Amino acid sequence: MRRGGLWALAAVGVLAVAGVVLPRWLVFLLTLAFAKGVAVLSVVVLMRAGLVSFGQGLFFAAAAYAAGFAMRGWGLREALVLVPVGVAVAVLLGAVVGLLVARYRDIFFAMLTLAFSMVLYGVLIKAYTVTGGSDGIRIPTPSVLGISRAGDEARLLVYYLALACTAGSAWLVTRYAQAPAGYLAWAVRDNEVRVAYLGAPVNRIVYGAFLLASGLAGLGGVLTALNVGHVDPGLSYWTTSGELVFVAVLGGSGSVPGALAGAVVYEVLRSYAFKYAPYAWQMMLGAAMLVIILFLPGGLWSPVERWWRRQQA
Amino acid sequence: MSQVLIIGVDGLVFASWLFLVSVGLSLIYGVLRILNVAHGSLFAVGAYSGASLVVAYSQAGNWPWGTLLALPAAALAAGLVLGPLVERGVLRWTYGREPVVQLLVTFSVFLILEDATKLLWGVSPYYAYQPYQLLGQVHIGGIDYPAYSFLLLLVAVVAGGGLWWFVRRTRFGRVVVAVIHDPEMSVALGVNLSRVYVATFALGTVLAALGGAFTAPMISVVPGIGVEVIVLAFAVVVVGGLGSLEGAAVGALLIGLVRAAAVHLLPVLELFTIYLVMAAVLLVRPLGLFGRVEVRRI
Amino acid sequence: MKTPILEVEDLTLHFGSITAAERETVIVYPGEFVGVVGPNGAGKTTFLNLITGYLRPERGVIRFWGQDVVGMKPHQITALGVGRSFQIPQLFLTLTVRENVLVALATREGRWASAWRSLHEPSRVQAADEVLLQFGLLAQADRPAGELPEGGRKLLDVAMAFALRPRLLLMDEPTSGVSAREKFQIMDTLLQALREAGVTALFVEHDMEVVRRYATRVLVLSNGRILADGAPGEVLDDPEVRLAVTGRR
Repeated sequence: MRRGGLWALAAVGVLAVAGVVLPRWLVFLLTLAFAKGVAVLSVVVLMRAGLVSFGQGLFFAAAAYAAGFAMRGWGLREALVLVPVGVAVAVLLGAVVGLLVARYRDIFFAMLTLAFSMVLYGVLIKAYTVTGGSDGIRIPTPSVLGISRAGDEARLLVYYLALACTAGSAWLVTRYAQAPAGYLAWAVRDNEVRVAYLGAPVNRIVYGAFLLASGLAGLGGVLTALNVGHVDPGLSYWTTSGELVFVAVLGGSGSVPGALAGAVVYEVLRSYAFKYAPYAWQMMLGAAMLVIILFLPGGLWSPVERWWRRQQA
Repeated sequence: MSQVLIIGVDGLVFASWLFLVSVGLSLIYGVLRILNVAHGSLFAVGAYSGASLVVAYSQAGNWPWGTLLALPAAALAAGLVLGPLVERGVLRWTYGREPVVQLLVTFSVFLILEDATKLLWGVSPYYAYQPYQLLGQVHIGGIDYPAYSFLLLLVAVVAGGGLWWFVRRTRFGRVVVAVIHDPEMSVALGVNLSRVYVATFALGTVLAALGGAFTAPMISVVPGIGVEVIVLAFAVVVVGGLGSLEGAAVGALLIGLVRAAAVHLLPVLELFTIYLVMAAVLLVRPLGLFGRVEVRRI
Repeated sequence: MKTPILEVEDLTLHFGSITAAERETVIVYPGEFVGVVGPNGAGKTTFLNLITGYLRPERGVIRFWGQDVVGMKPHQITALGVGRSFQIPQLFLTLTVRENVLVALATREGRWASAWRSLHEPSRVQAADEVLLQFGLLAQADRPAGELPEGGRKLLDVAMAFALRPRLLLMDEPTSGVSAREKFQIMDTLLQALREAGVTALFVEHDMEVVRRYATRVLVLSNGRILADGAPGEVLDDPEVRLAVTGRR
């Protein structure tokens, strides 16, 4: 894994340079992709425990709106404060929702998480005096590390913030996956009964994974809000969550680099597909997912993983 | 007193719509153990088929009451075409894989069908108001009620009764029940599982399409109507117990009445009643009202 | 008088018209190796499921080290010091053989102790390899558990339960699916390891030779009832027992 660490550092270095070299629209797109990638990591964390969440949008939206309220209600501008605020709100929400949801698996888990995200969606639309209803709220430009700029320079700062957060999240999830906690979650997916007969409380393991996932999804939400400058209830709609699941599957359902690379590929493809075939891109998404599931169950990243494993042998 | 009557009627009408729209989902889960996310788009296809047939039929100036027959006809056609197509063409390749994978596959099918309906029927709304208008109003408890709602109630009762008869009285129905309870034993007893799966999925699809077709005259049929339906249908089916047909009926009734009460007494809760009922039921009975515990043999 | 490890009184469970357990009463003391025999469907696995909390009895008392455990879940009972292996080996098929044992070892440690360090930490890997060596699985340590043959899977299943350092080890047919020659090898290894660690064991077994040779005591189950309970020589030569278990006197 030390070699993997070197590749990761190299990637971060390249992306750091890319920030000043690439055109503005691409930098914006990449920021979007990074934020989405972090949220996809939350789906990956849960998938490693054998669970599919169709409701990560709940935390994505909650954190995004929390950041928005903090900026407008308390006048906060510093991103390095807003990010923890958003993540904290997401994790708190996850702690409550997880109490019910961690008892379930498979379909129940998937649809309960979906239902919760749809409840938030309903709340965000109905409480329009507070949340701006379906129009959402505009988010002012944040400062990063105390540095305050405007326009494209501000966007660049958010790009670097997102890059750092993404790298940090990737590191965190990788450590988690290699630690007993991560292995126990994988064991739950493999054979839940056996885990119980090893003396480990299965629901608590799922709860832990759920908390980690809620924090990650929240981080993605805050970053998206700061980048786009706007939040709306659609962040909590179940198709947003579905998108995250799609990218996770695209990237291989279990790998960190796959998820992040998948997010970038997806974001780029989506903007083109939407421009040229707005009435067929969902179909293309669905067809692509089917092809991957049926023929490439390891996701698009699996050939890379196979190559990597052969290198290590 | 009249408010109780209104809540009761409202609740019953909404419950019958919920039942019609959810029972196919429960049936498919019970037999194939797959939660068919594409159920929502099958509903939409039924709505579009029904709506376009009614519109075309009415424009041709035919006998107005024929529109009431056009709806189930369209649903039947759509269901019998799509059902086997989806099951044999896609789902069949996923049997035996993790439930998560099957869920994602039905989600993919949903995405494909969403755009397919846009390509087939366009994005402009369809207004198939003719059956709705035709039946006029009835007078209940001092209020004019659209008679179409009672047609919906009738259709739900007929569908429910038909399913009950099918499951209890026909040989194939009993085979289906056997598969629901114990698939391994059924195979050991010589049941052709593939045929049961195709037939059940087709039936479930027809039911979803039927729900859509009969919903069409009450709304403007636009892209995206299937999305909300999935969540609603799932909630109904979860409350009643996945795979239980009686559960779907009881769940629909419970949610319908609670929502009607909310609409009239506490309107702010209306959107959430369905989720509140679901959460409340699950806290007390984690597998739904009629859900069965399946303990893994070790 | 030593404190009993396991006390079961009046244990009863029915599945509809099927009697899975009927007023079973048993006491197991430290140091015993209790063989549990009986025809198919006698309720041997059900007995294990009941005392480990996987099934809930209709009636009866179950105590481990004097503590009442009825209503507790398997992970709680396991945490008290009860390990179990299964009739169909319950492994983590997608993890390697070594990782299966590593996970078992990791669950023994405190919650925060190993939160950030790798599962493959050197001291833990060493401990896992010792267990694998004892069970003859070290050569397969890096293979996915799913690739093991039936005998290997059984051994790994027991090894994982053993790695928990339980005070009572429950085994469900530990040698079924294994060749006759290997059976005695495995049981020798197993019982030596158990004796060295001071572990009491209860094992369900179909092979009467294995039971005769290794058990200090035999329980005979039939139709959910305990038919006989005593020294192997007496119990296994009793004609009523032979009739019940094998259909012949």
